[in-house]
Amino acid sequence: MSEALKQAVLELADDHLILGHRLSEWCGHAPMLEEDLALPNMALDLIGSARTLYGYAARLEGQGRSEDDMAYLRTEREYLNCLLVERPNRDFAHTMLRQLYFAAFMEPYWQAALSSRDELVVGVAGKAAKEMAYHIRHAGEWVIRLGDGTEESTRRMREAVEDLHLYTPELFAASPAAAACAEEGLLPDRAALRPAWERTIAMIFDEALLEAPEVPFPREGGRQGLHGEELGHLLAEMQWAQRVYPGAQW
Amino acid sequence: MTEAMPLWEVFIRPRNGLSHKHVGSLHASDATMALNAARDVYTRRGEGTSIWVVPSSVISASDPDHAAENFEPTASKIYRHPTFYEIPDEVGHM
Repeated sequence: MSEALKQAVLELADDHLILGHRLSEWCGHAPMLEEDLALPNMALDLIGSARTLYGYAARLEGQGRSEDDMAYLRTEREYLNCLLVERPNRDFAHTMLRQLYFAAFMEPYWQAALSSRDELVVGVAGKAAKEMAYHIRHAGEWVIRLGDGTEESTRRMREAVEDLHLYTPELFAASPAAAACAEEGLLPDRAALRPAWERTIAMIFDEALLEAPEVPFPREGGRQGLHGEELGHLLAEMQWAQRVYPGAQW
Repeated sequence: MTEAMPLWEVFIRPRNGLSHKHVGSLHASDATMALNAARDVYTRRGEGTSIWVVPSSVISASDPDHAAENFEPTASKIYRHPTFYEIPDEVGHM
């Protein structure tokens, strides 16, 4: 069981680190000072959860690896994040929609995780549920204003929905490890969270004048380590310092 | 940018029982976005328990040219400061 839990915790940690890194890429580049602070704030929420989860996965593994080893010394195929979180920032519409899709899933996930049998999971959930509730608000308000905004913002928002919606079914798919943990009451059942996610998205899309498209062929594979080429570039940027100067600290 | 994103003044209440205090300003499209931005920009270190935002355009300010006639006449009216009676030690801090 601890092997399955380690694996499922690693999946969660990877989701949080990769999305956190994506948001951090806006630092110093955001269109206005207010967002230049807001995006790294949200990145730090995600990276904070990732750190705790990596530490826990490393302890469950019992091979003496650290949270840094988990983040900086695993290769692309060893990363188990869902594909949504590694999608590039592109523009503000893509970034905000990706954030909304993820947070609208994670908020009910952490709420459900509050009744986990695992003490550490409950601890992370208590903090992360509040963070995700704010991410939904922040990203949701932007999606509404861009979707129902100018001609250009509406066009960009619709393009983002078209590009990203097909990555959302993977959020609800459980790997064998995650399914085993749900069975044991250690982690929430991902599929059961779909109605809550759909309600949140429908409410915001309604105001944003956006439509959720049908997804006949969802993109999946992240949980098996099968990623898009963009993840490789992200990891190269994120890991180079540890690769070039092994064990470097500050 | 200023047309789509007007300026807002931000007021934060640090603790219950204290009043909201002006902390700075920011740009946002409307009140909801201004509140979010204020939370992100001005409460990152646990500074607040409540936020107010006010469009800068609705604030009426006194004219600096009137500073002399507004404020200087009070300088000579020291009897307005309640400093002419002794407070017994038992009363403590007032």
